Order: sequence, then structure tokens, then C-alpha cells
Amino acid sequence: MDIAHSGTPSPLRRIGLGDGLFALALVCAAGFALSQYGAFMDIYDKAILAAVVPSLAAIGWAWKPFRGFLVAAAALALLSISLYGGDLARAEQAFFLKYLISSQTAIMWMSALFFIATGAYWIGLIARSDFAEKTGSALTWSAVTMGTTGLLVRWYESYLIGTDVGHIPISNLYEVFVLFSLITGLLYLYYEGHYATRRMGAFVLLVISAAVAFLLWYTFSREAQEIQPLIPALQSYWMKVHVPANFIGYGAFALAAMIGVADLLVRKGILASRLPPAEVLDDVMYKAIAIGFAFFTIATILGALWAAEAWGTYWQWDPKETWAFIVWLNYAAWLHIRLTKGLRGPMLAWWAVIGLVVTAFAFVGVNMFLSGLHSYGSL
Amino acid sequence: MRQRSTSRAFYELISSMRFAISLLTILGIASIIGTVLKQNEPYNNYLNQFGPYWFPLFEELGLYAVYNSAWFLVILAFLVLSTTACIVRQTQPMLKDMRSFREHAKEASLAAFLHHERLHTALPTDNAAQKIQAYLAANGFQSRAGAREDGVLLAAKQGSWTRVGYFLAHSAIVLICIGGLLDGNLPLKMQMALGGKTTTSGNQLISDIKPESRLGLDNWSFRGNVFIPEGKSSNVAILNVKDGILLQDLPFTVSLRKFHLEHYSTGMPKRFASDILITDKATGKSVEKTIEVNKPFEFDGIMMYQASFEDGGSRLHLLGHDLRTGGKTPFQTDATVGEAIKLKQDGLDYTLELGSFRPFNIENMANDEPAAETSKMATLEKHLGSGARSVSKKDLRNVGPSFEYKLRDSAGQAREYQNYMLPIEQDGAWYMLAGMRDTPAAPFRFMRIPMDQDGKPDSWFMIHSQLLDKSRHAEIANRFVATALGPDAGETVRERLRETTRKTLELFAIGGFESLGKFIESTVPAAERDKAADVFVKILEGSTWEAWKLARSAAGQPPLELDQKLGRLLRDSLNATSDSLHYGAPVYLQLASFEEVRATVLQVTRSPGKPVVYFGSLLLVLGVFAMLYIRERRLFVLIKHNGDALVALSANRKSMDVEETFQRHRKAIAALLDPATTPPAQS
Repeated sequence: MDIAHSGTPSPLRRIGLGDGLFALALVCAAGFALSQYGAFMDIYDKAILAAVVPSLAAIGWAWKPFRGFLVAAAALALLSISLYGGDLARAEQAFFLKYLISSQTAIMWMSALFFIATGAYWIGLIARSDFAEKTGSALTWSAVTMGTTGLLVRWYESYLIGTDVGHIPISNLYEVFVLFSLITGLLYLYYEGHYATRRMGAFVLLVISAAVAFLLWYTFSREAQEIQPLIPALQSYWMKVHVPANFIGYGAFALAAMIGVADLLVRKGILASRLPPAEVLDDVMYKAIAIGFAFFTIATILGALWAAEAWGTYWQWDPKETWAFIVWLNYAAWLHIRLTKGLRGPMLAWWAVIGLVVTAFAFVGVNMFLSGLHSYGSL
Repeated sequence: MRQRSTSRAFYELISSMRFAISLLTILGIASIIGTVLKQNEPYNNYLNQFGPYWFPLFEELGLYAVYNSAWFLVILAFLVLSTTACIVRQTQPMLKDMRSFREHAKEASLAAFLHHERLHTALPTDNAAQKIQAYLAANGFQSRAGAREDGVLLAAKQGSWTRVGYFLAHSAIVLICIGGLLDGNLPLKMQMALGGKTTTSGNQLISDIKPESRLGLDNWSFRGNVFIPEGKSSNVAILNVKDGILLQDLPFTVSLRKFHLEHYSTGMPKRFASDILITDKATGKSVEKTIEVNKPFEFDGIMMYQASFEDGGSRLHLLGHDLRTGGKTPFQTDATVGEAIKLKQDGLDYTLELGSFRPFNIENMANDEPAAETSKMATLEKHLGSGARSVSKKDLRNVGPSFEYKLRDSAGQAREYQNYMLPIEQDGAWYMLAGMRDTPAAPFRFMRIPMDQDGKPDSWFMIHSQLLDKSRHAEIANRFVATALGPDAGETVRERLRETTRKTLELFAIGGFESLGKFIESTVPAAERDKAADVFVKILEGSTWEAWKLARSAAGQPPLELDQKLGRLLRDSLNATSDSLHYGAPVYLQLASFEEVRATVLQVTRSPGKPVVYFGSLLLVLGVFAMLYIRERRLFVLIKHNGDALVALSANRKSMDVEETFQRHRKAIAALLDPATTPPAQS
């Protein structure tokens, strides 16, 4: 993820046996997916699948705990799929499906685990309890594992409804909220390991909890969890690259904003003895915004390429496009100020926090208040 | 001299960071306007929204097409200018800096680095320098040795490519803006301003459009729509410009063989596809192709996309039921969607404007049952399991075709109607739904014409015609009185009821229940109104039954036995008759049969800027990653003949890991320089 992280001569040198096995497992998994589901993929889908293998391998090599997480989520998803055995009704009958690893149940578990993790991190922060913080960490790992399992199983379930309905579950507001929670959670866990501190969890998990709260409201009062088929404009392999790239951006910006809040508190002397020093928070904030900006740039360009194919124009100032542009401008300005002017301090933290408001509007607000081509999830 | 300094100051300003940041901010805020106000709507909508005072002002400000307005383009131009100036200003020193090793740096300046440390070495200078150079090379540094009087300075650098990232990312912005400009509507504006092209109104035949509103084949940048009904062809595209249109000639002819429209069982659209045949005008060569959403096709340098679809002139066979009294037989007429015909029948004088036709309508027919009190656990459990399960009950059904039309009377007043072809079940009985509204903004109000025991609306037309016909009222009243009172009742009672019935029917024939209601309000004391209303309804229901019997015997149909089902039919008939008095038209049009014709709308574009924008995007990604993730590090190792040494590290950016990196290199270098005194560093 962080290409030149810590300036070690070559990250390849640190690749061990586990990494080799992990890569091998990824190749086998891709091969299995191809043999099992290749009939539902076009050449682009297959190319994306092939590209996912080295990408995940690279992440796993650079960030070791990711390997365990991915293996666990994949194993749970495969177990779920084998329990289904091609019959949707099994979701109501099989105990493990109904109460553990059918897609909705897994996502409910994810929601619950994120909430408890938030509590654990806060207890850890306030009571200076190492144990509580470790618990928070473990719960966050479990939450992202369950959430990833949920999405993978949902993907399979959509094909059980009908092969013409089946699609990757990142197509509407409900599904991307799950994705957002997962990606933000994973990014946080990466920084937690990289900076060897669990003190930022209390703040970052707050924004994830807010997303999960929205997700639950959306489920219980709007029945948004029901799998819907794709309208023609969305039936494209571009979705598989455009949406995840976008949510790495959104997730990283959200994380940066929460670190910004912590940073501001530390600078005011609140919780200063418990949180990491402002210098560390500042560094995390910069790293998150940098990665968010890089991926948001890619996502916007991929979106433009897709728009050119689906709507005939790579850019037509649709409200979602325009707000993506505004978000991009905002963080471009942030990076300019920091990198070129070398500015540090509360102003950048404030800016990162306000950046989340702009990002949230681009993410949810546009769907709520403005109409346009991107209205895939209305409220 | 003064002028020179002014232009110099201007250059300084626009290439400054402050100016760039201000521009980004202004651009962001300006962009918001276009997301709040819907862009490129028909001008009439804006006029309605803002009124005659604000409308022209907002038009002048270009608010209806913000992103094409002159002021927005000026801001973009400034962004290009500022970025270009920035590149020009930075490139020279940046390249110089990239190439330079600074191997002649002064010791004092090295000692002023944030990350530096003094070391010692027992080795001869040359030997030490060799070892360090090998170390630097092994760690990915390029280095150069600068010999000096008192020793040697090894100057090393890595990650200089981050500077190239700056150049790539900023040139990308310029490229993307230029490409976007080529594909925007600036070329069109130029042609209108310089080439004397003017827009024209869209309500005319293509052959009538004059050359000044036609764009030739040499136009290298355009975006327009081609409308082709099934079985027809087209060789022009229509460009919507402000409140008019321009015609773009195409170098080929496109024929639509068939338009495919598929739906999921939920009624959601699944696939739009056009089977087309393209024939090149110059060569006569033709290609068959299916264009779908997400699967465009390029021909002669013109991209074609599936943009939307419309009705291509479906032909409807209609049955006109005269709602006036007198028992007229239904008349037949044919109409085409999108066209207007005259309805002149027995004194009717209307224009029928057939607006649209839908071959099917998917509706959720599930009853909204009041939610039973469920525990929280039960609610949670409902949301567990697969994402395929729907929690609320659904009963999706195709309720059949529908069509919308306007009826315009001789005075030019029009009302809108929406009728369904097939009867629809509601509360256990079947009805033909006939919708009407006075204004386009209002929802349709539906008259429910009940289906009779034979599953036809005919009985209602019979009843309706009898009930509202004043000449029949005396007869109906007589029969009703005979049935209601039986043979024993006295003549005065009979006469009174007969009179009341006649009065009731007369009132009802004017405005239905509404007239009766008004009558009751004005004549009956409040306390007795409910009772009175009951009496009137009973009279009406009885009369309806008599009216129906009368009509049936007149038509030579066998008598019927009144049962619960027919009772409901009677009440429904009465309701529909009352509603028909507010239907606004003396005729109900029933859809007897149809022949659907679809039309596709293809977007055709020539966008010369696309490759430029795509290339710019590639540079942008490379540039951003290079700038953010290639780290520039400069490591200096000064080795003096007297055994003193100095190691210093600089980075282009301050960040936490610089110190970490410095410590690692310092330890390694110290170990190399003086292996005896320093424990070997782990690396």
C-alpha cells in the first residue's frame, strides 16, 4: 500500500515462506474462481481477476496480518457457499447460514462487532487499558472479516436469484456503505500496525460506527438490504474497479478527518496524555490523505472512462461528477499547502475535518438532495 | 521598464501558490452552482421556476449551462495559465536540482542539516570512500565524489524522479483542460459566432431546416442525438443548443432494424439494444451492429451510443364510448402516438393528441397490511439470512398496457387522460381505470368503471346512459316506486316518493353525489343530514337497479337476479357515474388493440479531445504517485584526511520516517568507517 514505506532497501527481501504460500493460495483461488464461475465473466472481468492476484499478494507481503484476514474471510465465504449448495432457501434452514454466515447475518455481525470495538477502544483510551485496546483491535479484525464474508456471500446469493441478476455487491448505497466500513476499518488497522499504537482506534471507529448506524437504519426502515438487479448503465466490468478505488478514497478521507479531530484535541491538551503525540497524528493524517487522494484520482479517471462508454461522454458535469471534482480540488489544495508551503498544525487538521463534510456530501448528500445520472441509491 | 516590471509582477502572481490555491477554491465554489440548479433544462422550466424578472438575469449569467458559460471557461483558462506558468517557472531549476549531486557542498552547510552527525574514521580516506560508495550503491543511491583539499565529499541521492512527478501531474492538468475544451461546446460557439450558424426551432420537418442551421461533415467536434423509429433510417443528428436545435449531417445512414427492450420481473429495465445497419454514404459499404448501453460502436470516427428510447409512433386502435345520454353506439378510430387527430362525431369537436403508450405496467398489488406488533428480536430475525429475501410482502403484477392522451376542445383547452387497456382488480372486483387531470403537475384521478358479470364494461355504459337521461327519469321513478312500496301503499305516499325519486335523479344527473350533498346541506338541518343521505343513497341504488333492468329489456337481454355481487356492481356503477360527471370529456377512449413501434435514440459524438484527456489522465496518475510515493533523499558523507567524518541527510519533505532512515544509514556508515569502535549495526 505504502510503496516506499520506511525506506527499507527492498520490501521483497522480507518475503518469507508464508508470503509464498499466500501468493500461491491467491493464484489457486483465482484459478478456482475461473473454473467455477468463468462462464459468468467476460474477458475484462477475467483480466481484473488476474490483476487482483498480484495486488492482494503485494498488500499481503507489505502488511502481514492482511494475509490471515483474507484467508479467514475467504474460508468463511466458501463454507457459506458450500452450505448453500445452490439453494437460497437454505439461508432459513441451515443454522450456520441463518445465524452466522449468510450475507445479511454476516453484515449484522459486522455491525455489532464494529460497535463493540468502538466501545472497547474508548474504554482502552479512557482507562489506559492495554487489554481493552487489544480487544478493540481483535474485534475490528473480526468485524472486517465478517463484513468481507458478508459481501462475498452476497455476491454468490445474487447469482442464486438468477444469473441475469447476479453482480458484484458494490452497486447501490447499501452495498457501498458496507464497503466503506470495511475499507475504513482495514486502513485503520494498517496504520495501527504501522505506527504501533492502538490509541487512534477510538476516534476512527467512531466514523465507522456512524456509517454502520446509517446502514442499520437503511436496512430496518428502508429495506435497502434486498438485492436488486442492475440497470443497463451499471452492467459493466468498470464497476469492479471504479467503485473500490473510490471507496479507498472516501475511507482514507474519513480516517484522516477523525485523526484530524484527535490532532485538534491533543493540541488543545485534551486527552493529550492518552493519545499519540500531535506529530504522529499529523503524519497519519498526511499519509491517509495522500493515499486517499491518489486512489480518488484513479477512481475519478476510471469513472470518466466508464462514463465515456456508458453515457457517451467522459465528463458531463453530472452532480456526482462535479462533487467528486470538488472533493478532488479540496484535497489537492490540502496537499499543495502541506507539501509546498510546508504548513503544519491545527489549520490542516481543521481542513481535514471539513474535508469530511465535503466528502460526505459527495458520497451521500448528492444522492439525497440532487438528482442526476448517478442516482443509484436514493434515500 | 515599468511595463516590464508590471508583466513580471503578473507572471509572479499567476505562477504563485497563493493564486493557484485561490483558483482551486473559486473553481470549487463555482462548480457547486451547477449542481444546485439543474442544468440544460428546457428554458420554459426556468421561466416557470424563476419568473419573468429573474429568468433573463440568470440567463445572462449563464446559470442554465454554468460549465459552458464564458465566466466558467475564463476561470478554467486561468487555471491552465497558472499551471503552465508554474511549470515554466519550476522546470528549469527543478531539472538542475535533479541532476545536481551538490558534491561541492560546504561543510558548514552540511553541519546545519537537521539530520547530521560527526563521526571518526581510522581508515585512509580512499579506502573509506570506496567502502561508503559501495554501501551507497547497494542501498539504491547514486553518488558522486567531490574531492576537496581536506578530504572527499560523497554526495548521494535517490528518488529524484519525484520531481518528474511534479512535471507530469501539472502538465496533465493542462492537457486535460485543453482536451476538455476541444470536446466542450466552445467549437460550436465559434461556428455560431464566426460561421454564421444559428439555431432553429425543433418543431419543423428536417427537410425544412435551412443551411444556416445545418453543420457540415467537416465539423470535427460535436455531440448530438439521432432518433430512428423501427424500420426507418436517419442521416442527421440533432444538437440541442440553448432553446433551439442545430442539425448535424452524418457521413452515413443509420437504419434501425429492431429495438430490444428487456425487463426484469420487477419491471426494472434490463437491456436496451438497437440492431442497426450503417451505410457509408461515400463508399456504400454497410455494417450491421448491435449497440447497447456500455457497448458503443465507432464508425467513420464517430462514436455511437445507446442513449435512450422513445415511442416510434405506435398505432393504437381505439373504441370511443360516448358519455353523453342517448345511448350512442361506440365509434372506432385509429391514432398514432405522437400525432394529433380530429374527433368529430355526432357533434363532438375535439382534437385527440396521443402522447404516449406503455406496453406493460408492473405494479405492486400487495395489500399494505397494518404492521402487526412484532418484537425487536423478530424484526431482527427478519433481516437475517440472505440478501435475496424481501421483508415486506410483494405481489408484482403486470397490469397490462396503458396510454396517455390529451383532449383539446374547440376553445383550445386541454385535459390529460390516462387509460389502462385491461381491467385491474381492486378490493376483489375488476375495474377499467380511466385517469384524468387538469394540469400536468397534478396526479391522475381515476374513474373506476366496474366490469359486469360477463367481465365487460358494457353494463356500466347502459346504466350510465339511462341514469343521466332526463327523459328516462319519470319511467325509472315509476318502476322504483312500484318495487319499493308494493301494492298496498296509498297514492299520496306513492306520489311523494315518485317526486322525491325524480328530484333525486335530476340532482344526481347534474353533478353526481356532489350536487346531492349540496342540496342536503342547504335544505336539511345538520342533525338529520346523515339520515337524509342514507335515504337518497337507497333511492339512487334502487333507481340504478331499475335503470339497468329497463336498459336490459330494451336491449332484449334476459332479466337478472339481484345478488350480493350485482349489488356491489350497482354501487360501483353509481360511483363511476357520479365520477363521470367530473370526467371533463364526453368520451371515454378504450384501447382495443395496438401495434407497438419503438424508436431508438443514439448519441453520436466526434470528440477530438478524448485521446488528449486520456493521455493527460495517465500522466496525472503517474505524476501523483511519483510525487506522493517516491521520496527524495540526499545523503552526504564527508571524509577528511584527518580522520574526521560527517554524515548528513536531507529530504524534500519533512516527515517522521526521515529521522528513522537517517539513523539507519548513520549506524551503518559509522560501522563501515570505524569497525573497531562501533558495534556492527544490524541492517
